[in-house]
Parts: sequence; C-alpha cells; structure tokens
Amino acid sequence: MIVLAIYIAIFCAAFIVVRFVISKIRVRRDFTSLKTVTFGDESAVRPDRWASFLSVLTLFCLWGAFTGSDWVPFHAPGPFVGDTQFTYTMEAPDGARDDATVHARVFPAGEKGDPQDVAPGDGFAKDDSIALAAWRSDLLLMDKNDEFTRKDGAKVVAIDGQPVSPGSRIEVANGTVAVTSKGSLNFVPDPGMQMEPIWLPSPEAVVARVKEISVRGYQNFTLWEHLYWSLFRVIVGFLCGAIVGIPLGYAMGLSGWFRGWFDPIVEFMRPVPPLALIPLVIIWAGIGESGKIILLFLAALWIMAISARAGVSGVAISKVHAAYSLGASRWQVLRYVIVPNSLPEIFTGARVAMGVCWGTVVAAELVAAEKGAGMMIMVASRFQLTDVVLMGIILIGVIGFSIDILMRKAEDWLVPWKGRT
Amino acid sequence: MSKLSINNLSMRFDLPNGSFVQALKDVSLEIESGELMSVLGPSGCGKTTFLNILAGFLSPTEGTVTLNGHAVTGPSAERGMVFQQGALFEWMSVRDNVSFGPRMAGRKKKDYMDNVNHLLDVVGLQDFKDKSVYELSGGMQQRVALARCLANDPDVILMDEPLGALDALTREKMQGLVLKLWKETGKTIILITHSVEEALLLGQRLLVMAPRPGRIHKEYRLPFAAAGVGKDLRVVKRDPEFGEKREEILSMIWDMEEEIMGRTEEAKA
Repeated sequence: MIVLAIYIAIFCAAFIVVRFVISKIRVRRDFTSLKTVTFGDESAVRPDRWASFLSVLTLFCLWGAFTGSDWVPFHAPGPFVGDTQFTYTMEAPDGARDDATVHARVFPAGEKGDPQDVAPGDGFAKDDSIALAAWRSDLLLMDKNDEFTRKDGAKVVAIDGQPVSPGSRIEVANGTVAVTSKGSLNFVPDPGMQMEPIWLPSPEAVVARVKEISVRGYQNFTLWEHLYWSLFRVIVGFLCGAIVGIPLGYAMGLSGWFRGWFDPIVEFMRPVPPLALIPLVIIWAGIGESGKIILLFLAALWIMAISARAGVSGVAISKVHAAYSLGASRWQVLRYVIVPNSLPEIFTGARVAMGVCWGTVVAAELVAAEKGAGMMIMVASRFQLTDVVLMGIILIGVIGFSIDILMRKAEDWLVPWKGRT
Repeated sequence: MSKLSINNLSMRFDLPNGSFVQALKDVSLEIESGELMSVLGPSGCGKTTFLNILAGFLSPTEGTVTLNGHAVTGPSAERGMVFQQGALFEWMSVRDNVSFGPRMAGRKKKDYMDNVNHLLDVVGLQDFKDKSVYELSGGMQQRVALARCLANDPDVILMDEPLGALDALTREKMQGLVLKLWKETGKTIILITHSVEEALLLGQRLLVMAPRPGRIHKEYRLPFAAAGVGKDLRVVKRDPEFGEKREEILSMIWDMEEEIMGRTEEAKA
C-alpha cells in the first residue's frame, strides 16, 4: 500500500516536473507540436521518452530502496539491528511480584552471534539475554533461570509495566512481544519497511546470481544452456507449426473441400489454450524434447493456419482478376499474387504465434523438464532461491521482447508495403 | 481481324428469398477491331456485370460472347483489364508490374524488355520504373495499370471506370493519354464510366444502358474521340455539338433515375 502510494506520488511529481520544467527548456519544432487538437487525436499521442526513462528508473529505485540495495542512495527504513531491552513482571504463586529485564541483541539478517552477558540481578525473577537475526523472532522461556517457574504456578503479568495475559501483544522498544498461550514470550524485533531477500532480493544479488549461474551453472546446466534449450524448442516448434499451418491455411482459403474438412478442427482447437494440452502431451510423449516440440507445434499450428487463411481472404479480387487477365495460370496467381499478398497477415500471425510459443514453453518447463528457463525458476522456487527466480523472470521477459522486436524488423524488411495500400 | 460479338446476353442473379435480379437482358452487339466504345448508365444498370462477362470472370445465364470466332469462357490474356484502383501488385516494382504479363507467359527478358521500356516512356514513368507502386500517386498508378495491360498486347482492353478515383485535373490528362494510346496501338477499347463528359470524349461509340432489366437503351456514334486525339480536350468540349449531346444524354439518364425512384416509391407504397 505504502509502495503504491509512493509510486503514484512519483508518477504525479514526475509528470508535473517534466511538463512544466523540461518542456519550457526544450521547445519542440515538429509538425505534431503545431497541432492544437491533441486530446482525441491518436496520431498526436507519442510516448514521452522522459516518461519511459523515469518509469524504468522509478521501478528500479523502488526495488533498490525496499531491498536495501547498495546501488540506490536512499532506502526505506530497514529492520532494527542492535541492542534493545524490555522488562517483564513475574507473579509468584504467593502473589509476590518481581521485574526482570530481557536484553535482546539483533544481528543483521543472516548473521549469528552470542547474546550479551548480563548479571542475573536481584529478586526471584532473573534478567535474560537473547540473540537473534533481523526479521526473525525468538521464543523466550524467561522462567528457566527464575526461582519460580510456570510449573510452580508463576506467570508473566506485565511487560514494560503494561498488564498482559496469554494471547496479548505489546509494543516495546524496537519490537513487539507476544505472550503465547502457554505463557512464554515471543520477541519480534522491528521488521522495518524493507523486504526480506527471500521475498525480494536486491538488484545486486540478482546480478551476482546471473554471473554465478552463467559460469557455474544451475541444476547441471549453465544459464545460457537453459535459455538456449528454451529458445531452441520455441524455434523448432514454431517452424514445424508454420511449415504445416501455412499451407493448411492456404488450402482452406482456396478450396471449399479443405475449408469444410478442417474448419471444425481449427475452430475447435483455436480456443483451447496450449497449456491445457500439457498433460495430454506428457502422457503421449513424456517430458523430453519431443513432447515440448509437439506442444509448441500445436500452439503455433492453428495461429499460422488461421492467419494464412485470413491472408488469402484478404486478397482484393481485382488483383486476382488482373493477374488472370494478364494470362497468369492458377499456380502463377498463387505464387505471384496470393502468397505475397498474404505475407503481412502471416507476419502478424507469426508474431502472435512466437509470443504464444514463448509463453507456452516456459509454462511447459514449469510443469516438467530437465532443462530450460522455466524449469530453472521452478526448481529455484522450491529451494526459495528468489534471486534465481527473479533473474529467470527478467531474462524470460527480455527474450520475449527481443523476439517481438526481431519479428517486427523482419516484417519491415520483408513486407514494406504493409499498411500502405 | 479481332471482332467481338455479343449475342443475346442475359444475366440473372437468383436471390436467396426466391426473387431474382435481371442484371442484363438480351444484349446484342458487334464490336469491330480498333473501336473505342464507352458504356454509360445509371448505377445498377449492369455495366460492370457486362464488362465482367466480356472479361470472362462471369458466365452469362444466356447468350454467348465470341472473340475472333471462339467463345469466351474464362479470363485470358487476349482480353486485358484495367481496374478502377488497387489492382496493382504492391510487392513488385513499377517495372515488374508492367512486365508481369510477358513474364507469366514465360517469355525471355530480352524479348519483352524493349517493349516494357517503350511503354514506360509512353506513359511517362521511365524515371519511376524502380519505385514501388505504393510510392506513386493515384494518377501514376493508373498509368502503370494501363502500361501493364498494353505490355501483354491484348486484342481487347476492358476498362472498368479506370479514371473514376482520380481528381479532375489528373483525370483530364489521363483521358488524353487513353486517346493517344488508342490511336497509337489501334486496340479495341471498351470503357465503362460514370461521367457523361468522359463517355463523350472517349467514345467513338457510346452505349447508354438502362436499368431493370439492364439493357442497351441507346447507341451513339460520335466524332469527338477521333477529333480529340493529340489535341487539347477542352477545345473539343467547347464544341457546341458536344454541349448538345451532353445535355441530351444527361437528361436521358436523369429521366431513368427518376423513373427508378418513382418505381421504388411505388413499390414501397
């Protein structure tokens, strides 16, 4: 909640600063800047590069600030580390009361150490000393060293002077103390606002993990091998799907028999998410490479068939008529008119199919695999290696984005007439 | 010689609700080689259906079309077609569009390239031959379409409102170009148009069609096309006879339109 509020505040502040400061310094002199109607004119809306830059920077800073990263100069309040103390009041069976002090020493997360040496003090309740790491708690059997124990009927009646009973929770200096149902005390030092590394590791921990896994590997394969295998499956599965799907789509677009025969199959299979096929594919083909490739083949097949069919339907009839009147044969009409005319549609389909395949391969590897990006993060999550999981997610995102950019570049290069007819 | 005979052509489209549309009824016509004929009529009079039958894209429900003595049964290179717009191949350069016909016929490059270059010169696109067609203006695109059709050396050229989507100025220039090409190549040209002026200028013969059922209403033989070759077309348009004919045909088409409107209102009532 607090993070969301900070995020919204930064968003608003950045908007105001950029809008009123930077736009005054740099006066834009292009055609769009001369348009007076921009609200509602989609073509006049361009992504503000400052906003993109600040957006990424903000996410990174928030991540760093709430994980105590060394790479970010400011931090959210961290967990309490150091020495603190609180007192508890014991009531003996005869009604006598005595105070004792608990000295707690909190070490930074992950470290261990010895508690302070304290003198037992006077009275029947003796002072205690505990040591624990930040974000951990410690159950204190405070009566172990006391003259009357709970077995004798003694009990804690107050902490720092505030009366307590089993189940109550008291704020003390730098932490809270809860009284358990059996009457012992549970001390939790202040957790601060930062995230524990097990939930969200700091950026440098993730980067260190990338370096480590790219050299030493994880689960018998290096990082690059995991990513290579995922990409390999996607490319082989997609190519198989395209090799079968595109001719199938053309056949459906050109022949009534083919369309009638395959329409029910394609229309039925299209809304089935490829993920739903994973169990069946595992039963049929196991968890090896062939199973993955069959799954990705099925994921790409329907998308490519439908886009090729749409490409054929999208040919202006006058182009086909023109080609026939110029003496072209059926085969030549297919080769020189229908195929090139359907390329833009096929590229759009290929982009979608690549995205779906990438998502499907990661999901399939999450379920069962010996190697691959999805398998890596799944195994890491079982061992609570959050930094590996986070690294995997970031790399999966970067690769998916790169695939899409490459497909767009290929599209610009191969079908320059797209959208210009 | 190439002669196009059209005998008792009828075309009837059956509708799913049991009724039908008589797009053409008993159209008969003889077109001699080298004639320039324009076809005019209110919308819905079947002129595009007529042209599609001549091109071979549709087979008529009754009647026959014969060219040089053999029946027309499908599209073929002997009958070239120029469409209104959007029939060029965007994935090819201007030159590849123009040389499409000879290439499809499997002719050798050195045999057809001279002719293609000559045609690009005639339509004034020599400097644009390596451009993509989507980089050209609408008028230039139609000139490519004309050149592409001529490169295939058809006996008959069918034009379906080829200048309909152009602006007035470009249109006038293109009308001059069509006349010039007609004179230079001596092809038989059948041109469909919405514009009375264009029909008068580009019609040695002018066919006025009437709707419901689509039929030939009246035929003219006009001197303006022959007179206009190589001349400023505005001079031709100033001819008082041109004005008379224009008024006559305009009022004829107006009457037809009003009749249609009246009939529709009757049907509604």
